[in-house]
Amino acid sequence: MEVPRYWRNRNQRYALVGEVCPHCEVKIFPPRDVCPACGQDAKTKFSFSGRGEVYSYTTISDAPAGYEENAPYTVALVKLEEGPVVTAQLTDLGQEPVSIGMPVEMVTRRIRQDGGKEGILVYGYKFRPVMAVAR
Amino acid sequence: MLEDVVIAGIGQIQVGEHWETSLRSHAARAILAARSEVPSLQPDMLVIGNMLGSTISHQANLGALVADWANLSGVDAPTVEASGASGGAALRLGVMAVSSRQADVVVVLGVEKITDSVQTGQDRALTQMMDTDYEAMPGLTPSGQAGLVMNRYMAQYQVPAGAFAGFAVNAHANGAHNPNAMFRKPITRQRYDEAEVVAPPVNQMDVAPAADGAAAVILTRREWLPADYAMPVVRVAASNLVTDSLALHDRSDPMLFQAARLSSERAFRQAGISPAEVDLFELDDAYSIYAALQLEAAGFAAAGQGWLLAQDGSIIPRGRVPICTLGGSKARGNPIGAVGVYQAVEAVLQLRGKAGGSQVPEARVAMLQNWGGPASTVATHILMRE
Ligand SMILES: [Zn+2]
Repeated sequence: MEVPRYWRNRNQRYALVGEVCPHCEVKIFPPRDVCPACGQDAKTKFSFSGRGEVYSYTTISDAPAGYEENAPYTVALVKLEEGPVVTAQLTDLGQEPVSIGMPVEMVTRRIRQDGGKEGILVYGYKFRPVMAVAR
Repeated sequence: MLEDVVIAGIGQIQVGEHWETSLRSHAARAILAARSEVPSLQPDMLVIGNMLGSTISHQANLGALVADWANLSGVDAPTVEASGASGGAALRLGVMAVSSRQADVVVVLGVEKITDSVQTGQDRALTQMMDTDYEAMPGLTPSGQAGLVMNRYMAQYQVPAGAFAGFAVNAHANGAHNPNAMFRKPITRQRYDEAEVVAPPVNQMDVAPAADGAAAVILTRREWLPADYAMPVVRVAASNLVTDSLALHDRSDPMLFQAARLSSERAFRQAGISPAEVDLFELDDAYSIYAALQLEAAGFAAAGQGWLLAQDGSIIPRGRVPICTLGGSKARGNPIGAVGVYQAVEAVLQLRGKAGGSQVPEARVAMLQNWGGPASTVATHILMRE
């Protein structure tokens, strides 16, 4: 993949920065500048809490090029507490089995590596189980 | 009105891994086969459904290339891309051209040449059918996407393990009767149960294998059929295409598959029929979970119950709603952007009574549904024998 593309989406990827619609209050991720609920302009930045729950999950064993170092890894649809759903890897799973409805929180981790040892490293959001103490 | 659009001729090559032959030769062979059924009709347009020519074969501008190699130079020849639904979308454009009288005789070709690359290149190319920035970036794959859908579906509707085996068993039983299928042997339930897990709960027997293929149909208006046309006349009674959010996560309810519902409903309305009048349903079984979802979206089963039709014999050729009657993508093979045209060719064989060992008795009405991704793009057609 290309450098401009990594750079363009860096804010969303590092910090879950989306938008809030000034007209109907709907929270939007990823940012699209037009509210999918009411169709009006929505360019007000909004930082998501990073908390949510697992809506569904699966495991990728046959990883695409650039993703091999973490394979096999778990990918989930995470429903954020503010409403939107995101696709993300789960991490720091330890012995805990993943389940639908499991509370998770965002962390920043290395996502992929392009072109071997000298290649581009891409960091972005993943989600980990919420620790019992933190709940 | 679509009432005078007919499919006058059909052609196909066997689906498989054809390392030794090229996209252009596959395309030409399918077109020549279709044209040989109605040699007096001179096409004035060629519509090509294809997803991966630009990435896997590094070949764009397919219209000019294929028209030349099929001895059709000079015709109007656009290419339509809608990932796995490219074939259905091409058929839709062909129907529009004929019914609006922008063209009189249209060749609709679905072609995919996946073996111009090795496995990793194929996987990377197919990943483009998802949202590259927000689905592929976190490491999701098309099989993983089906895994997310199937896992949620099974939890939400309390579906037992192994519930989808009947889809693979039916597809392979039917593919055994199709000389153009990639796999021509029945499989047992045990084979399904022992299959390697791909993206849980999706296993290898839930996945239709990507392969090379080319299929073509000749569309025209009834008035253009030659006087000595001896085959049953197959009319296009419905044609539409509906889109949804590309990414699963961008849908207000990721389990709704709204585009499949709308496309099915529109097709029934266009054809003026109810689901009960459909004699066979060539649905898009890229993954077995998607087959269950299409049965539900089209109204053959309630939400959460599509898998039951694979358990009680409903989907076999003599059942209530036969599906994948010549193997579907599971056994015929999955030539991605050509699937929608293979569906049309297979439905026409059924409606002509030429489907051999998996013939649906007295088939008169066939419904076709072609999905790009998890119902991100859905093309539905209904064909009727006069
Ligand atoms: Zn709004």
